[in-house]
Order: sequence, then C-alpha cells, then structure tokens
Amino acid sequence: MFAKKLAVSLLFGALAAGAAAPADAQVKVGVVTSSTGPIALVGIPQKNSVPLLPTSVGGQSVQYITLDDGSDPTATVAAFKKLITEEKVDAIIGPSGSPNAMGVIQFAAEAGVPMLAPVGTAAVVLPMTEQKKWVFKTTQNDDLIAEALLAHMEKIGIKSVGFIGTADPYGDNWLKVFGEGAAKRGIKLLASERFQRQDTSLTAQGLKILSASPDAVLIAAPGSSSVLPQTTLYDQGYRGKVYQTHGAALPDFLKLGGKKVEGTILAASLMLVLDQVPDSHPSKKIASDYVAAYEKQNGSKPATFGANVYDAGLLLERAIPVALKGGEPGSAAFRGALRDALEQVKELPATQGVYNLTAADHSGFDERGRELITVSGGKWTLVK
Amino acid sequence: MNFQIVMLLGQDGITNGAIYALLALSILLVFTVTRILLIPQGEFVAFAALTMAAMQGGTPVRLGWLLLALSAAAMVMDIHAAWRRDGRPAVRRGSVLGVGYAAALTALTTLVPLGDAGVAVQALVTMALIVPLGLALYRVFYQPIAAAHPLVLLIVSIAVHVVLVGIGLLMFGPEGARTEPFSDGGLRLGMVMLNSQTIWVVAVSLGLILGLYLFFERSLYGKALRAAAVNRLGAELVGISPELAGKASFALAALIGSLSGILIAPITTIYYDSGFIISLKGFVGAIIGGLASYPVAALGALLIGQAESFSTFWASSYKEVIVFTLILPVLVWRSLSHHGAEDEE
Repeated sequence: MFAKKLAVSLLFGALAAGAAAPADAQVKVGVVTSSTGPIALVGIPQKNSVPLLPTSVGGQSVQYITLDDGSDPTATVAAFKKLITEEKVDAIIGPSGSPNAMGVIQFAAEAGVPMLAPVGTAAVVLPMTEQKKWVFKTTQNDDLIAEALLAHMEKIGIKSVGFIGTADPYGDNWLKVFGEGAAKRGIKLLASERFQRQDTSLTAQGLKILSASPDAVLIAAPGSSSVLPQTTLYDQGYRGKVYQTHGAALPDFLKLGGKKVEGTILAASLMLVLDQVPDSHPSKKIASDYVAAYEKQNGSKPATFGANVYDAGLLLERAIPVALKGGEPGSAAFRGALRDALEQVKELPATQGVYNLTAADHSGFDERGRELITVSGGKWTLVK
Repeated sequence: MNFQIVMLLGQDGITNGAIYALLALSILLVFTVTRILLIPQGEFVAFAALTMAAMQGGTPVRLGWLLLALSAAAMVMDIHAAWRRDGRPAVRRGSVLGVGYAAALTALTTLVPLGDAGVAVQALVTMALIVPLGLALYRVFYQPIAAAHPLVLLIVSIAVHVVLVGIGLLMFGPEGARTEPFSDGGLRLGMVMLNSQTIWVVAVSLGLILGLYLFFERSLYGKALRAAAVNRLGAELVGISPELAGKASFALAALIGSLSGILIAPITTIYYDSGFIISLKGFVGAIIGGLASYPVAALGALLIGQAESFSTFWASSYKEVIVFTLILPVLVWRSLSHHGAEDEE
C-alpha cells in the first residue's frame, strides 16, 4: 500500500517537474513591499496578498519574487535595481509608500519595466510624463474620493470646513485636492491643521479647529492615525459632521474610535461594506473571494492596501496573454508589449472597482471605485 | 486666544510634560550611574502601553516570550562567565530564578485571559513583565561591556533600540492601540474642565518623583547608586558592586518607563515605534539639565511639554522643529558657561 502511494506520488512529482520544465520562459514579477518600518501597516497586508496572486496566466507560469524595503526609499531603489538587473523581472508590483514610489519611477522607466504601484499619491501617474508612462497605479486618485465627499457636503448644506491632516505627502495632497474642490463649490476652508502620526496629543489642533467653528471637519490621515484627531474633537465637545478619507478605511478605525466615531462619513472602495452592496456591482464577487481567501490564509480580514496589490495581479492577468504576442517573457519586447497591453485594459472588474486605463489615465477608476460609507451603530454602513 | 484656550493648552502641556519629566529622570539616572544613554527607554513606554492594550483587547500578550528569551540568554551568559572565571560551568541561583519567573509570567499572560481583570491588575502584570526586561537587557547587552567608552555604549544603545523596535512590530503588529481610561469624568475648576487622566498623570508623576527622592536620600541602596554615579571607581573600592548599580538603575528606568506607558496609553494612540519620539523629548529635558541635575531636567521636560502644546496651537506643521530647536540655545549657553569641564570622559 505504502509502495503504491509512493509510486503514485513519484509519478505525479515527475509529471509536475515535467510540466514545470519550460520554466525558463516563465513570467517573473518582482514585488516590493514595506512589511517592516513605519508604514508596515500598509506593507504587511500587501505582502500577505502575494500568495493569492495568479500563478499561471495564458499557459505561462508566473513567479513572484518578494522583497522588503523596510519603508526606506533608499532600500526601495536597491530592491528595484536588484529585481531589474539580477532577476530580470518582467514587471514590478510595489512599493508600498508614496515617497518610495516617487524615487524609483526613473529606474523602472530606464529599464523599461512596467511598475504597478499600490500607493496613495496621484503624483506617480499625474501629470503624465515620458517616465511615468511605465507606472500604473492601483488605488483611487484622491480627487475621485474628494469629489464624493464634497458632493455629500453640498447635499446636506455644509458651508464651511476645517481640515486636519498628517504633515506628510498624504496630508499635503489632500489639502491641495480638497481645497481646490471646496473653492469650486463655494465651501469655505476655515482652518487647516497638521499633525504627526506619533503625536501623543492633538489638543492644540482640536482647539484651533473648534475656535474656527466650521460646519464640518475633514480628517486626512492614513491608517489608525486618523482616529486620534476625531476622538480629540469629540472630547472637546465638537458635534459637527466629521469626514474621513479612504485612509481611514480599515477595521481598526472602529475598534480604536468606538462610539466617538459614530456618524463619520467617508468614501472608499466597497471592501468595507461588501455585504451591503447589491450583487450587481461588478466588484462584489471578486472582492468577496479575495477577502475569503485572505482570511483563510492569514486568519484576519485584509486592509484595503492588500487588495491594491491583488488588483495589480488581476491587471497583469489581463495584460500578459496580450503581451505574449509581442515577445518571449524576459525580453525587452515582452516588457514593452506588457506596458502597451496594460494601457489598453478596459472594463476590468477588480476588488477596488472597475479599471479603464488609457494613455492619459494610468489609474483608471470611475465612480464604481468608491462608495459613500458611514459609521452607524458601530458598523460600516453604506450611505443610500 | 482666550483664557480658556490657554488653560486647556497648559493642561495638555503639563500632562505631556509630566511624562517627559519622568523619562528625563530615568535617562539621567541610567546615564549618571552607568554612562549609558538609554535610547531604548522609549521602548519600555511603548511596550507597556501596547501590552496593556493587548490584555484589554483580548489579543495574545507576547511580551513574556521576549522576557523568557532574554532571561535564558542571561542564564547562558552567567554560566559562561562562571566557566571563564572558575574553570568550570556553574549555574547561579539568581539566573535560574529569572528564567523560572519569566516562564511563569509567560504562562500566566498566555493562558489566563486578563481582559476583565481590572486596570490595576493589568498594570501590575505589565510592570511585572517590563521591570525584569530592563534587568535582562542590562545583563545581556551592557554588563559585558560596562567598562567600555561611552561612545561604544551609545552605539550599543542605538542597536538595542533598533532591534527592540523590530521585535515590537513582530509582537504587537503595525497598528496603533489605546487603552480604557482609569476613570471617567473629570474635575471642574472654575470654567476649566480638568481631565481625569491628567490628574492621574500628574498625581502618579509627583508620587514617583517623591518616591525617587526618598529612595536616593534616605535608603542605603539609593545612596549606593548615587555614590556609583559620583565616582564609579571609588564606589567600587568601598564595596558597591557596579553590576548591582547598573542592574538597579535599569530596573528603575524600566519601572518608570512602564508607568509612563500605562499612564499615557488611555490619552493617545501608541504604535510599536512611538516610544522613541516620546523618550527623545525626555532626553531633551535631560540635556537641559546638563545630564547632571535632576530638578533642572524635570523642569526642562515640563518646559518642553508647554512649548510643544503652545507651538502646536500656533504652527502645527512646525511643532517638532520648534521643540527640538529649543535644545540649541541651551547647548550654546551651557558650552559658553562651562569651559570644557565635561571633556574628561
């Protein structure tokens, strides 16, 4: 009996080895994440999503080579150079951080390697330049989210807003995008305050906002740092509407904020309210499958950041079969064809929304990539 | 800017300043006794806060494993040291007790759910974990090089800090946490509401400072520590073990650090790497005290707290710049008024 089992497994082993034999032509994808260091909360779900990426596309096996950059932009450059020169990858997914991504665009472009960046800042794809042609971004642009928030503010008659954001590129870009949008709609920006993620007290910023007494407050901060400004305002007695960006879209927001974040409005992808969106939403099934697979593997629900990497895999899955017509994996022709094919992706449903990429828009989301969500009874609830 | 805002900012500054003062005192204590700049001081703060939060949130408390590993390393080093000294390996009772204690505490924190045990019990367990951690850190990393140049000790401190931050990420994860306040409500003084946690912070800080004062002025061990701080060689000659002095100062620093962490955990969100920036402000306070004077260091730390609070109100983007720029005039003034008196090291 044992001998038989052994023979069968040997046979299968041999078959598997045989199938993997033309592996020299396989597609190689590098993944760079910040799974350690200050932005590890972004990088860890991204690294954990790599095993869920498609391993076989268009008859080619896909190999993923994962590196950690420790949240350090210099290490990101080193990781990119290693992937490009030593591993000769066909595409790179990553890095996790916006400053890290800005620093490696030129290396990806010089080597002609398409780069799928799951980062927040729109600056990696806008304004489009010769180098940024090689960059694709798998997150919603800030202005798409800001537009949804502004529309809601206008609807419920908010005339003035206070802004609290982190003193980093995330807060900078939000202040810029939101300020412009607010001016267009005649909403006054009364105060803008900044803070650091590790600040132990936001009393002063809260007081400054309170003394300006705006109708609503927008908090732009990534991850759990978005909670402290809001709870501080609550403790100081502010009871106006509080808006959050998609940076707050993670389960810990509710855990840390408790009843003090009740009634918050934010716009983000549908991942937080999967069970409430109608089945007709093109992303629902894909996102549910991803969340289930991630939960099975890691024992916890993924933060949105992981889904951004998963989406990069879906984009590659769509583009690789087209690119294979342009050349063998590992060649410059294949990488160029891959870039062209990515740019042609149309109506691709993914976990975050539906991608429609063009030569000018390398992020490619429309309003299907955002949902207006509120906190009601301690749970994320879709705003109908 | 009216009276009420001034009072609120002042209250905020005092809360933070009290914590910075505690950290300044412990950094100063460790430096004067051992000449080690305790960069990992902040990790005691963050680990204590996150351990409390883990107990309350019902997530696994993993700090015991770190303590167990360090205690085991300390035991191995003790055996090795005995071997080199006497030519045969011998196990000291103290190191066995240390490992046993760590194992018992690890078992307690892993097997017993402490979520509903009450804040006092949780705080005690947290301190019971962190104080021996300070001891073990000294034994494993600093004791073998206790006589080295202060610069070497500083570099080791930085290394220990970086490693501990990495371990912190593994133990607590990247997300921030905060704990339940000790008590709800507050005290109304005229038109200003005093936050209950502020009262806790100030009361515990004052109590601790008084306790330290009594310890150093009245007790034999305290006097021995002061003697070791004043003159290391002289203290050794009159029979004060530098090893004991080092361990005692680290245990005190860990105690103060863990108390600070437990105190601020309900006020703010603490991340695995939050400790450094908090202890850095304590360090600025200690620098204002010239790394020598306890009262000046405590006052300096309170000043940092106030400067931070008010500068945030006027220019929130430049807060850290303003706070850390404060150190420049102090250094200039000190270097002008002391003509190279500290060059002996």
